[in-house]
Amino acid sequence: MELITDIGLGFSTAITLVNLLCCLAGVFLGTLIGVLPGLGPTATIAMLLPITFTLPPVSSLIMLAGIYYGSQYGGSTTSILVNVPGEAASVVTTLDGYQMARNGRAGVALTTAAVGSFFAGTVATALIALFASPMAEIALKFGPAEFFSLIVLGLLAAIVLAKGSLLHAFGMVILGLLLGLVGSDVNTGTQRFTFGMPQLADGIGFVVVAMGMFGIAEIIRNLEREDIHSTVVNKITSLMPTREDWKRMIAPTLRGTVIGSALGILPGSGSILGAFAAYAIEKKVSKHGKEFGTGAIEGVAAPESANNAGAQTSFIPMLTLGIPSSPVMALMIGAMIIQGIQPGPSVMVEQPALFWGIIVSMWIGNFFLIILNLPLIGIWVRMVSVPYHFLFPAILVFCGIGVFSLNNAQFDIYLMALFGVLGYIFVKLDCEPAPMLLAFILGPLMEEYMRRALLLSRGDPMIFIRRPISATLLAIGVLAIVAAALPALYKKREEAFRE
Amino acid sequence: MGQPIRNVKDFWTGVIYIIFGSTALIIGRNYNMGTALKMGPAYFPAILSGLLILIGVISLIRSFIKPGTPFGAFALRGLILIIASIILFGFIVRGAGLVIALPVLVIISSYASIRFRWKYSLILSAGLTIFCVLIFLKGLGVPLPVLGTWFGG
Repeated sequence: MELITDIGLGFSTAITLVNLLCCLAGVFLGTLIGVLPGLGPTATIAMLLPITFTLPPVSSLIMLAGIYYGSQYGGSTTSILVNVPGEAASVVTTLDGYQMARNGRAGVALTTAAVGSFFAGTVATALIALFASPMAEIALKFGPAEFFSLIVLGLLAAIVLAKGSLLHAFGMVILGLLLGLVGSDVNTGTQRFTFGMPQLADGIGFVVVAMGMFGIAEIIRNLEREDIHSTVVNKITSLMPTREDWKRMIAPTLRGTVIGSALGILPGSGSILGAFAAYAIEKKVSKHGKEFGTGAIEGVAAPESANNAGAQTSFIPMLTLGIPSSPVMALMIGAMIIQGIQPGPSVMVEQPALFWGIIVSMWIGNFFLIILNLPLIGIWVRMVSVPYHFLFPAILVFCGIGVFSLNNAQFDIYLMALFGVLGYIFVKLDCEPAPMLLAFILGPLMEEYMRRALLLSRGDPMIFIRRPISATLLAIGVLAIVAAALPALYKKREEAFRE
Repeated sequence: MGQPIRNVKDFWTGVIYIIFGSTALIIGRNYNMGTALKMGPAYFPAILSGLLILIGVISLIRSFIKPGTPFGAFALRGLILIIASIILFGFIVRGAGLVIALPVLVIISSYASIRFRWKYSLILSAGLTIFCVLIFLKGLGVPLPVLGTWFGG
């Protein structure tokens, strides 16, 4: 059994003291940022990336992964207790979670979320272990045309899943691709769009863009509606669900896990889509469908399992194909590159300890999370009410020093400020930054694959359609865009995002 | 008086996309285009700039046809103070050192909040400065001075 030896290798990697500590630190920080208002996983991971560069590659990736799935846990805590989703994937949890809290069942809702997430996390980890090898094997057969089409699919999916106008999201993707090309052209060494500045010769750092567009812009946006921020924290009485609660939890948790795992693999979505879909489906199939919106336990169990499952399975395309499915995964890819690991199907073969170590650490991390979140819930409740005017100057300080330490250059600080302004303007124009960041990271890869594919086909662009896998990938992407643009579905999509 | 622009967001998005697209197109003219077989450094950017301009134009046209939602509040005070504090931080961090630059960043930025109080802001500055000097400078070895060259550091 190859899988067992692989997982054994994973355990021996993940269980070293340093890696266990990194995993614990990661999930702790993840929970913290999930709970703290106005700080999402993308900005935090960007902020902490420079620190993790001092760690060995495995440890740093274990920690970053922990931050990501930890934030899914923490985000649900604030959704339930104060009706403020800590991050995007737990928006749906506010619908029934907060209602449960108002009915005096906050503790039960928290337990439901934690147990559901733990179960989903365990299943998703097993899925990654099972599917990673076959996926990587398929990926090894991919040529440049297939990779190009895969990137196109990912970007189209990101457009479909972005909030607001499809047209604007499309523009953001193109803009991101263009910004990604700033710097020296790999093939000819031509300096592109550098305005003669030597600091731009290596391109714009993705951490700089992420901190500016997500960290700084988000702070400015939060400041504009500071006065309406009120936090009434619901009291937690009993954490223990009744026998009836347990019974009602089982089916939604299973369904949520399946839906979340499946949708998490899709490029462009991450965990958000899964949570929305799981809630919508549960509302239709559940016997208690009528109670949804008034504090139905199913309405917490399903999306919470789904978002955690999705957060984990979104690692599959990242680890096996080297193609990120969300901005957070894009940052992870960036982290790998800086650590000297070329992401892609060869990681599994060349760095099995790293690969399986990360996977096993996710399961361990989920175990840590359940301990962190249930017995220690009191600490997190106090965190929820940390006032924002103490928080944002601290975020700025970490961004400032963090971005400086990348290249020890003040230039990056100014560039971050510039992207902060740009990010805020785009937020005001309803243009979501997530597709742009994804495109920014994929830009150079996309150009390179396109170049190679066209070289192989002697300049014939039909190569992308003639090769079956490539054609299928492109067709799925185009189909998704067309479907989203159809008037009937377009309305549905708008409604879904409004909820 | 009827407003010709029915969707300000579409309008300005269109304008920004067109500006970015045409700037990229104009700068990109200096690079070698190459052929589809042997793509030059200008090939891919040219396609992208063209697409971006196209999207911008569509958005612009749409802004005169389909009504949209207004801009909403604009946090000008927040924008200016936050951005100014970051730039100032970058300017003085080497010269003055962290002990000066960090409190400057914290105080100016927290002034953007309507809940600004001198007392809390000073406490926060002190706490963050100590934390950062210990963690980033001593712990992680970020090459920033505690006290900068202006003060003989």
